[in-house]
Amino acid sequence: MKTPDGIQSGRVQKAPENFLDRDGISTVIAESKAGRRNFIRSAFAAAAAGAAAPMVLAQGNPVPTEGGDPNILNLPEHATGLGQGVAANNGYGVPSKFESNVQRRQSPGLTQTTQASVSFAPLQSLFGIVTPSGLHFERHHQGWWDIDPSKHRFMINGMVKTPKVFTMDEIMRLPSVSRFHFIECGANTAVEWGNVAVPTVQYTHGMVSCSEFTGVPLITLLQIAGADFKNAKFILAEGGDGSSMTRTIPMSLILSGEVLVAYGQNGEMLRPENGYPLRLIVPGIQGVSWVKYLRRIEVGDMPYAAKDEAVHYMDLMPDGQHRQYTNIQECKSVVTTPSGGQVLLDKGFYNITGLAWSGRGKIQKVDVSVDGGRNWRQARLETPVLSKALTRFNIDWVWDGKPAIIQSRATDETGFVQPTYKHLRAARGTRSIYHNNAIQSWLVQENGEVKNVQVS
Amino acid sequence: MSKFRKVVLTAALLAAAGFASAQSTAYPGVGRPATPKEVAAWDIDVRPDFKGLPAGSGSVAQGQDLWEAKCAHCHGVFGESNEVFSPLIGGTTKDDIKTGNVANLKRSDFPGRTTLMKVGTVSTLWDYINRAMPWTAPKSLKPDEVYAVTAYLLSLADVVPENFVLTDKNIAEVQKRMPNRNGMTTKHAMWAGKEFNGTAKPDTANVACMKDCIPEAKVASMLPDYARNAHGNLADQNRLVGQQHGANTAVPENKSAPVGEAAAAPAAKPAAKVADPALALLGKHNCTACHAQNTKVVGPSFNDIAKKYSSKADYLAGKIKSGGSGVWGAIPMPAQTAPEADIKTIANWLAAGAAK
Repeated sequence: MKTPDGIQSGRVQKAPENFLDRDGISTVIAESKAGRRNFIRSAFAAAAAGAAAPMVLAQGNPVPTEGGDPNILNLPEHATGLGQGVAANNGYGVPSKFESNVQRRQSPGLTQTTQASVSFAPLQSLFGIVTPSGLHFERHHQGWWDIDPSKHRFMINGMVKTPKVFTMDEIMRLPSVSRFHFIECGANTAVEWGNVAVPTVQYTHGMVSCSEFTGVPLITLLQIAGADFKNAKFILAEGGDGSSMTRTIPMSLILSGEVLVAYGQNGEMLRPENGYPLRLIVPGIQGVSWVKYLRRIEVGDMPYAAKDEAVHYMDLMPDGQHRQYTNIQECKSVVTTPSGGQVLLDKGFYNITGLAWSGRGKIQKVDVSVDGGRNWRQARLETPVLSKALTRFNIDWVWDGKPAIIQSRATDETGFVQPTYKHLRAARGTRSIYHNNAIQSWLVQENGEVKNVQVS
Repeated sequence: MSKFRKVVLTAALLAAAGFASAQSTAYPGVGRPATPKEVAAWDIDVRPDFKGLPAGSGSVAQGQDLWEAKCAHCHGVFGESNEVFSPLIGGTTKDDIKTGNVANLKRSDFPGRTTLMKVGTVSTLWDYINRAMPWTAPKSLKPDEVYAVTAYLLSLADVVPENFVLTDKNIAEVQKRMPNRNGMTTKHAMWAGKEFNGTAKPDTANVACMKDCIPEAKVASMLPDYARNAHGNLADQNRLVGQQHGANTAVPENKSAPVGEAAAAPAAKPAAKVADPALALLGKHNCTACHAQNTKVVGPSFNDIAKKYSSKADYLAGKIKSGGSGVWGAIPMPAQTAPEADIKTIANWLAAGAAK
């Protein structure tokens, strides 16, 4: 493999000769012709039934014939020359040029415009639980703006003693908290309700991200305005951009102190695409409630039936009724690698890794199956394990080269276990669009390619 | 006057001036009372009980004129278009208006769901049109115009007759005819509060079985081979190094290839080209609201324009300024008011082939 510098990198594996004999090849071809699905099915069944055959491992990093790796023997320029100076790129560092594949992306054909659209976070390439701010997924309803923070105002009105306005200077004077939380679009994984529709974890699950947010608990601001906590049941959050997004939030959630009016994200200010300079943080609740460019909170005593509560973000049930005001993101997990569209370079050891999260609290455990859900092993949860934040899990796996179907299944601290597609479809059918938290399956084929599949 | 009395008097004066209320919080000096004028400027939401709805009126006929001028190019003349957004109108019946339940929502074979099939509250339509429409000029409609456009939409779905005038006085009657007004339920466990008396238990109940949980997993769904490269080459969407690399989907899959040969190694990405300044202007002046690079949206694609008007920068600049219709279809392009230099840059870019 060539890198942009023309230097060899990564693992290069020579194919073992006589991997398949003449008979083997004709069997494979014949079975392929008989039907791809049947072939995979029978191949998988055979693999599951058969005991593990002795494994012949190719060396992933073979010694070249010249007796040593040229990357070791020939000292590169960076070991023999002078490097670059400080504060390059106008004082704001950027990722390595070798990381240019790691981008947020639109899903082709999903939307007709870029302003009412989505870009998905590249979960397959991320480590730990923090989403780099520049890779955070985007969902805009009417385009994004870069708003002058010195002119941004925040207002509280409705059932309050005194309607109030705040400048950013004033909001940033108040006692702040910093907390890690995931944000997931209610429509994450929506295209997969009926069947497999997209190839990679970026497109199936990339509308989830996790950041450390810094801001002021909304309750503090409501207290300053003298909110009528006795009679108020809801608030309306409203954005200051063209779409002026509105969403109803339950007062009980605000009283818990969890809901923040945030300006900070991962140590710096929010990115413009994520609501600079002010957005609402509603932990555990779908992303559409995390109103960006937040300009106003209205305290009220009834829900508002905003556009994204009465036209969209409602879950259609098989009986034709829509579930309205569905805002919790229930417990969910996904293996991010190996995942769809990736290739295992050879047999042997792998670290299966993924993310788990729950809108109801902490992740209690994650189990991983490599046989499509028949048998499970408990994965390691990496620290920190935080409430309503992404949790990273890892588990060791030695791939024997046979077809494998990898799944993860999370359990949260309420004891709720992530459902299968069978469970979800039994409860909600296949047309509810939102809140698909089903167990995801990745098929590792014998040739090493990983495919997005659903199992029966 | 004693010193003590002076202090008391000062405090009383301050209280009278409204200073005391700021002092009563734990955070003195932070935030100030909003003026009634400020609240009126921003407090635009309309609730289902019509709290917040300004007085006014608009007829179906007025709404139709507004619609054709400001809305039809995205939503279609009858709100039926799916070219830019999901259709607004269609799928509701006179019977639905009687029952308050849209029957087609029960049909799994019914293609798509229009706004009128879903929305149960007429306040939602008024509020959203008022705050966010038209898409490229939100909040530009006056209240009477919002009434008119709402009336036109409702007339397309037979909720109101063609000669109807929608007002703040009769909108509550219109609510009683909304086709899906009874189509909502809050009997579920997915609202983070107790305000709606939903259910306490989630609707799925998987168990964390560990061994011999199912007989045998069978693949029930996967992408067809022809969709292999539909999302672009997946090799370019994975890091260059790692325990797994991206599959080269630019070539057909070799299903019988041994491990390690299944996909060619990801090709190196060419260094990023310097973007043409025209590309930024397309976004800045909202050209991309109606035009896309390769596909027709409301207007023709940039590629198609570039093909048709190769090297005709002056003609294109004039056309952008004046707008027009008929060349690419009936939907008119409004005259653009972007700065002369910007229009020239865009026209030159188009005339030179619209390279991305």
